[in-house]
Amino acid sequence: MKGPPTALLGMSHDIAMLEERARRCRVDIVRMVHRAQAGHPGGSLSEIDLLVALYGTVLNVRPNEPSWPDRDRFVLSKGHASPGMYALLADFGFISHEDLTTYRVKGGVCQGHVDMKWCPGVDFSAGSLGMGLSFGLGCALAARLDGSQRKAWVMMGDGEVQEGSVWEAAMAAHHHSVGNLKAIVDVNGIQNDDFCEVQMQLNDLAATWASFGWSVTTVDGHNMADIVEALAKVDAVNDRPAVLLASTVKGKGVSYMENNPAFHGAAPNDDQFETAMVELGEVAA
Amino acid sequence: MSGMAATRDGYGKALLELAEDDRVVVLEADLGKSTKSQLFRKAHPERTISCGIGEQNMLLTAAGLAASGYVPFASTFAIFTERAFEQMRNGVARPGLRVHLCGSHGGTHTGTDGSSAQSIEDLAIYRTLPGVTVMHPADEVSTRLLTKQLVDHPSPSYTRTARNKTPLLYEGREDEVIIGKGIVHSEGADVGIVACGVMVSKALEAAEALANEGIHATVVDMHTIKPLDGALIDAIVERCGCLVTAEDHSVIGGLGGAVAEHLAANTPAPLERVGVPDRFGESAEAEEMLEIMGLTVQDVANAAKRAMARR
Ligand SMILES: Cc1ncc(C[n+]2csc(CCOP(=O)(O)OP(=O)(O)O)c2C)c(N)n1
Ligand SMILES: [Mg+2]
Repeated sequence: MKGPPTALLGMSHDIAMLEERARRCRVDIVRMVHRAQAGHPGGSLSEIDLLVALYGTVLNVRPNEPSWPDRDRFVLSKGHASPGMYALLADFGFISHEDLTTYRVKGGVCQGHVDMKWCPGVDFSAGSLGMGLSFGLGCALAARLDGSQRKAWVMMGDGEVQEGSVWEAAMAAHHHSVGNLKAIVDVNGIQNDDFCEVQMQLNDLAATWASFGWSVTTVDGHNMADIVEALAKVDAVNDRPAVLLASTVKGKGVSYMENNPAFHGAAPNDDQFETAMVELGEVAA
Repeated sequence: MSGMAATRDGYGKALLELAEDDRVVVLEADLGKSTKSQLFRKAHPERTISCGIGEQNMLLTAAGLAASGYVPFASTFAIFTERAFEQMRNGVARPGLRVHLCGSHGGTHTGTDGSSAQSIEDLAIYRTLPGVTVMHPADEVSTRLLTKQLVDHPSPSYTRTARNKTPLLYEGREDEVIIGKGIVHSEGADVGIVACGVMVSKALEAAEALANEGIHATVVDMHTIKPLDGALIDAIVERCGCLVTAEDHSVIGGLGGAVAEHLAANTPAPLERVGVPDRFGESAEAEEMLEIMGLTVQDVANAAKRAMARR
């Protein structure tokens, strides 16, 4: 029954294949949000290249055995960016494409915010920002207690890291030298109401994480080859927690959503949907 | 009933109207577009403080402003106010600082965002804090009026507003909207239905349905859950001898809990509580959520009959 770890699927690190997966996921993200006429496209489109590379080349997980106890854990702490997670889970076979039609629909596995009680392959019930890093820390410490090599990866938003609880976890992870805890920050420059610059300046994130004792790597979050390389580097750190700061574009891939705070939590209308399908190469212009 | 509007819009409008009082300051935690405090922010950026996504920081910044003579109005989603519950308890309520906290998108009626966004316990937890006024208005007009009254209110407060539109109930009845006083809609002698928020209009519809069956209900909008209008509850018990409470909130500790405590300590009478039955919500459209949770017009009418049968 047990399938190969997903990481093996991408062992050749076929960049073009990963890029094609990400493109397909973008199409599904826009479809889900359009169908529901609600949800969060912006942060889903900014995170998706990172998620695809992580599942395709790093994470040791089993799509046909999502609750395999010794799997690496992935925590989507920015749980509103669930369309990205669901699209990914469908593309890697954890859930079906049919399941994607249940996004925000009564009784559906694809709840508005990712929920471990509802959806296979989801390791944390998120939706409240600033909770995932502490949870990931707990998962990482459990692995250590178990004598397991498994790791915990946590994806956060740049608005999210304004929550004080993130820094409680960051301090604790360093204090306990938790080398199997990995964070990714989707630095897209936008949060709910406006640009981060307007809402709450983040200052020098790299210096901040470094000052908390973390290993810091930066990457262009939409360059697949660079992402794969950066993830491997972060994955290899084992004496302390490591963070990947990814520069991204909110709404990446859909012109009118790109860098536009209005599409943090809004759905495209029918015309906009058609435009997106063309831009994402799903239908001919 | 003339038209629909969201209570959160009433909150935003009230802030704007309060702006002429220069003690008024507004605090946001990256949800001002949603709670509608952005109406104030756009007009008065110099008196609006963005706290980032940092609810705990927001509550105590507000406390510091209140201790310095300002009248702070802070808002985020109802659920995320809870992140700062202990700040509210120890830093606001304990010293009795007049911070006015508003939690929008309360209840399961919030809809497809799902359980993480649907606060079903906010009224209960804030009600336990000594000296904190707790409100959950039913329509946009009463939300606007109650929020405006807070500017001279002697204690801290928590007000829950809702995301989705509900029927307008108080156009032309503005005088009746006063903090701490339930609003009586009908005075039938068979059963009392005490409701708050979105459930007030459901209770009114239930009363109509019951009237068709010859059952006459007293319907009350108990927008202030604390301090509870105990005299009004006593009067309903006297008139009807049994009650129903209806709220988009856990059956534990909210309006139903407050009324149960009052009845137990004063005039015991049969009480049926319509509310979220000790479970979390899920993703569904607003009205579907009310069906899933047993909060429909029919559920209220059925509860009224159960209460009468126990009399
Ligand atoms: C504790 C908490 N406060 C507020 C919110 C409401 N909220 C949802 S998404 C969001 C903005 C998130 O911005 P960011 O972390 O940058 O995410 P991204 O840009 O990747 O979508 C806010 C404020 C929340 N979910 N949790
Ligand atoms: Mg962001």
